[in-house]
Amino acid sequence: MSLLTYLYVLLFHAAALIMIVGLARKIWQFATVPAPLKIPTTPAPVTRGGVAMRLLREVALFESLFKSNRWIWIFAVLFHAGLLLVVARHLRYFTEPVWGLVHLAQPFGIYGGMAMVVGLLGLWARRLVVDRVRYISSPSDHLMLALLVAIGVSGLGMTYVVHTDIVQLKAFTLGLLYFDWQPLPGDPLLLIHLGLVAALMIVFPFSKLLHAPGVFFSPSRNMVDNPRETRHVAPWAAPLDTARDR
Amino acid sequence: MAKAKFETPAFRDYRDIPAIQPDAMAHSQPFIAKPEHQEPLGFPGELVDDWENKAVAKLGDLLTRYKSLKVFLDSCVKCGACTDKCHYYLGTNDPKNMPVARQDLLRQVYRRYFTLAGRIAPGLVGARDMTREVLDDWYTYFHQCSQCRRCSVFCPYGIDTAEISMAGREIMDHIGVGQKYSNEIIGKVHKIGNNLGLPLPALEATLEDLEEEVKEDTGADVKYPVNQQGADVLLVTPSADFFAEPHIDGLVGYGKVFHQAGVSWTVSSHASEAANFALFIGSYDQMHKIANRIRQAALDLGVKRIVFGECGHAWRVAYSFLNTLAGPWDFLDPRYPVPQHICEFTHDLIQRGALNLDKQANDHMTLTFHDSCNVARASRMGDTPGGQFHIPREVIKASCNKFVEMDPNTTRESTFCCGGGGGLLTDDLMELRVKGALPRMEALNEARDYHGVTHMAAICAICKSQFTKVMPYYGFDMDAVVSVHQLVGNAIQLGTKE
Ligand code: HEM
Ligand code: SF4
Ligand code: SF4
Repeated sequence: MSLLTYLYVLLFHAAALIMIVGLARKIWQFATVPAPLKIPTTPAPVTRGGVAMRLLREVALFESLFKSNRWIWIFAVLFHAGLLLVVARHLRYFTEPVWGLVHLAQPFGIYGGMAMVVGLLGLWARRLVVDRVRYISSPSDHLMLALLVAIGVSGLGMTYVVHTDIVQLKAFTLGLLYFDWQPLPGDPLLLIHLGLVAALMIVFPFSKLLHAPGVFFSPSRNMVDNPRETRHVAPWAAPLDTARDR
Repeated sequence: MAKAKFETPAFRDYRDIPAIQPDAMAHSQPFIAKPEHQEPLGFPGELVDDWENKAVAKLGDLLTRYKSLKVFLDSCVKCGACTDKCHYYLGTNDPKNMPVARQDLLRQVYRRYFTLAGRIAPGLVGARDMTREVLDDWYTYFHQCSQCRRCSVFCPYGIDTAEISMAGREIMDHIGVGQKYSNEIIGKVHKIGNNLGLPLPALEATLEDLEEEVKEDTGADVKYPVNQQGADVLLVTPSADFFAEPHIDGLVGYGKVFHQAGVSWTVSSHASEAANFALFIGSYDQMHKIANRIRQAALDLGVKRIVFGECGHAWRVAYSFLNTLAGPWDFLDPRYPVPQHICEFTHDLIQRGALNLDKQANDHMTLTFHDSCNVARASRMGDTPGGQFHIPREVIKASCNKFVEMDPNTTRESTFCCGGGGGLLTDDLMELRVKGALPRMEALNEARDYHGVTHMAAICAICKSQFTKVMPYYGFDMDAVVSVHQLVGNAIQLGTKE
């Protein structure tokens, strides 16, 4: 097997490790830092089940964003729904035999790829054109969009322009999963695509992509509105109570 | 103070979002606390040595205490959805008053010292060292946030800039850079029991006068008791209710309601303040101390229930935090929620037919209702979500014939702050207060043009003070703002039920 294959095997194992460990560490922090006060943005659900529904609506429908800005919402949904379909489609490289649902997702996955790129370009256009959004953008915000667009475009390029050896690629990806290395096809477009994906995995836990786990831990969204019924005290705040007179 | 000259912003055509005007409000800072305001709260009197490192260390400490801070600093995607949601941005056009940009003032330091990307490539991710310039920006723009939470409604992750500005103020207090207005007032509460520094004799005299006035007006012997042992209800109300207009008319109204309902009540001189200003400076310790004055008072007076008067931030601390800070309340009557809002109390009575209200008493007004930010987005009334919108409106509608709503994009959870909340209700921030009121004034103006609205009712001491001060800048009478219980007080027919 070629040096290239070893390089990419190494890259993907490192990227996966960084992403998993980095995310686990972040999620652990998000989960364990206490929220000393009840701060749901009201009106808020008064039960746990209600909160679960609120979070589900935020994650699945981007409810708050919908109320907030219709253009961002449209582009955000195009991008995220597209991304979801693309990921679903890509599962065929990681399952053998391919799951039924993944089969179903195949044609949609391609439209997903297009929607994803259109959504990203829309978001990017806003970032460049709307003075307020331009003002709040750092180079990293543009780079993140560039990275995702490049992933999408190089992927679509392989679907429509220069095909790669899918059978060989699948052997390689399954090999990654089962630690049984197989040669990687050497097409430049594929190498670019995979390199960018590895880069995305590596930056995930160190970037604003943390919004994905973050949304579940946001106290203004995940707290139950029941402060009069249930006393809520953080461990670090409890000693203050013993210090008071009675 | 060099009186800043400024122009009252013009009403916008079609509410278009203004273009950014960098540094438009860079000159606006509140007075800095002197050592005598800082030290009683346990904060250093002036900027400490090595403040850069101490500020970063304090931020590190807060990151282990507040999930909100940690999650919010990490999660923003800079989507821009919040950028046009803050009344201070809409009124001043200063881009640092866009919620995300305000957060970024803290986030840039967080990234520099607490994230890998910010340590190795600060320029790439907008990370910055803790410098004098950064501190100045903090002082300027964390005091241009009224902690109204409007941004948090519209952010896809609920990022609440109020949490950020509170943390910013807490860090600044710990390095000796406090805000005079808030810290001086907190000092007064610790010493005397209320924000205004009204001692017991002054309180007694005021309430006696009130009893006489009501007697003259109505012939009824309505009591306004202080420190009355064994009363059923402890009323905790903002101290502005004891002397400011139109607040005091609200207090008159509470008294009449208690009177007709036949419920004995009292205020306490020890806890003669509902508004817990420690919220504004993000200090859990101070907030805890102030809240526990209410516990003390309730125990000392042997009351059975606690009812809060009309005050927005007070109701947030009362409804959302009081159980946490000063509970458990197992020594009070378990049949009632602790605490209750005076609107909940009055609403219950209205529903049971226990009040006799003549709506015609308010026929000289066409009313609308301003949802106060902290009631709307940080608390609740009643048993169901949204009670904080519906209950005060029910009380108003039971007391008057002519009620109309303002533009729904400016009410309920989308309400715009009055422009004076969060510790900004001070003369040294007059320009900010006037400009920040713009979106509310626009909506009120529209309601005046289309529905002939003459008066706007509110249930917050800060809103009432702020509006009386800034409405004249926009061509409204200062007395066009009224207390909700003023309406109830006007309408109630004393001597017919009790
Ligand atoms: C729980 C899952 C997720 C939720 C609820 C979510 C939600 C959102 C929302 C509401 C926005 C703001 C609107 C926008 O700018 O698009 C956003 C932005 C973004 N999301 Fe996600 N997201 C999720 C997962 C992901 C994942 C897995 C990725 C990437 C691999 C991602 C990449 C991005 C990027 C790059 C932006 C910023 C776009 C810009 O620069 O304008 N998201 N996300
Ligand atoms: S809406 Fe939320 S995520 Fe978007 S820029 Fe504002 S604070 Fe950041
Ligand atoms: S909390 Fe209110 S004042 Fe502060 S940034 Fe958000 S919208 Fe503006």
